[in-house]
Amino acid sequence: MTGVKYRLKLVIDKTMRQVYLDYAATTYIDPRVLQKMRSYLTTAFGNASSLYSLGRQAKTAIEKARQDVAKILGASSREIIFTGSGTESANLAISGIAKAYKDKGNHIIVSKIEHKAVLESAKKLEKDGFRVTYLNVDSQGIIKLNELKKALDRKTILVSIMYANNEIGTIQPISKIAEIISNFREQSAKRKEQGVRNSRSAIGDLPVLHTDACQAAGVLTLKVNKLGVDLLTLNGSKIYGPKAVGCLYVNKNYKIEPLIVGGSQEMGLRAGTENQALIVGFSEALKLADRLRDKESQRLRNLRNYFIKKILKLVPHCQLNGQPQKRLPNNINLSFNGIEGESLVLKLDQYGISSSTGSACTSTDLTPSHVLLALGVSEDLAHGSLRLTLGRKTTKRDLDYVLKILPKVVENLRKISAIQL
Amino acid sequence: MKKKKNKKIKGDVIDVRKGEESWLYSKIVKDHFFNPRNVLLDERNYQYDGKGIAGNPLCGDMMALWIKVDPKTQKTKDCKWRTYGCASAIAATSMLSVMVTEKGGMPLKKALNLKAQQIIERLGGLPELKFHCSVLGLSALKEAINDYLKKQGKAKF
Repeated sequence: MTGVKYRLKLVIDKTMRQVYLDYAATTYIDPRVLQKMRSYLTTAFGNASSLYSLGRQAKTAIEKARQDVAKILGASSREIIFTGSGTESANLAISGIAKAYKDKGNHIIVSKIEHKAVLESAKKLEKDGFRVTYLNVDSQGIIKLNELKKALDRKTILVSIMYANNEIGTIQPISKIAEIISNFREQSAKRKEQGVRNSRSAIGDLPVLHTDACQAAGVLTLKVNKLGVDLLTLNGSKIYGPKAVGCLYVNKNYKIEPLIVGGSQEMGLRAGTENQALIVGFSEALKLADRLRDKESQRLRNLRNYFIKKILKLVPHCQLNGQPQKRLPNNINLSFNGIEGESLVLKLDQYGISSSTGSACTSTDLTPSHVLLALGVSEDLAHGSLRLTLGRKTTKRDLDYVLKILPKVVENLRKISAIQL
Repeated sequence: MKKKKNKKIKGDVIDVRKGEESWLYSKIVKDHFFNPRNVLLDERNYQYDGKGIAGNPLCGDMMALWIKVDPKTQKTKDCKWRTYGCASAIAATSMLSVMVTEKGGMPLKKALNLKAQQIIERLGGLPELKFHCSVLGLSALKEAINDYLKKQGKAKF
């Protein structure tokens, strides 16, 4: 009965808006991208490994997409491997490098705020006898470069640091990290030349640097030379492209072990019939994101700053998590004392607002966001966190609507909360 | 012609706004979450006989619960609460407060013997991960009853 009543209320309420603010979770497919994908789903459906024209057509589309992606990364085509997701790319990077270089060392360095795709891959390797260092971050989510320098040793084969964090949007100084690694490699090479005992047996080309750039695409530069990375992970579902497609850039000087074996697709590094529609969609989305980058970033940055300034004024006992400036232009991560994130998200959903939280209640292991905890955010504030991520369709009117609803919802939840502020 | 085709595709997608989707929890949980019963917004003017607190903000769930007891019948005649926690925690406390006050109240002994499963059943089920939410409300209730008994100079049940 009350359910019906509630639904009616929503229909009657004319001020109700649909405001999607979870673009960091996933995006819709841009119609321009979808348009390019269509024919590959219906008419140009051939298997890219087939010899007849329908197959060659698919092959050509895939290779064109590979060139386009490589161009944006400033890489060569054969350095691009298409995969089934960002997670798969990260898994391939971590496991693939670890397996390929296991005779050179058994040490891996990752940050504590990596995406689970990286963290779980690292944990899996730990079980296989690898040593993993989990780097701390400061209270704003930036990794401590000194800690990285100290962690590097002659057994280190891989360093994986995300470009921009998915929860708090913090941007890591990847070029500086690359510089530290390249200095370390040079020193190793010198030691090797001088015949210093205990030096690395490799010729100073390790460790390999991987970065998860899924959240950075469309916002930050992806030129691998400028960044100084050897491997880079991207996916389609965050850049207004299709889901279930991603790519891994692997510098041609490095070898990598495949995760999925079978046919010789993707240079033997990722078996399975290629999905040309997804691959074309991914590359079109990346091109579009790259083209819109500067203008859209500036627009989002203004909106983000506007919202953060307002909400911190409107709601007492509310804090911004992460670095205020060195963060993705679309990322807002707040914590509210006295309330829990899942209730907040569900109440906002009732007003048409889509958001997410780092609360334990949304996880399966009942621990709150590992990212917020690594920042030193207390557990109760991690439970009370709310992530709003803006995107291409977000307008100031949308944010004004949230600015109207959110303080009310927070107040109502605080009223019924056992924690009195 | 093209437009018509697009429309057809649209209709195939489940429209969450039309309530076609299944909500995260049962309908009863949803109802109690959005319309919580017996919330005590301000305890300052509330004459309670017993108070109990359970849970911990660090774990993401905390409940405060107040009861009034009919001295003659030894039944809970009123039960108020406030909860910090997820939707199922809020709904579970709300349902618990309904259960101990409906039909003229619940004998204290019976209230002390309430099982989490009974609340879960009344809620139309909870995901397994959320079972502890209903357990917490019970701990707060037990503490409130024991608080009352202590004040009465009676031994704990």
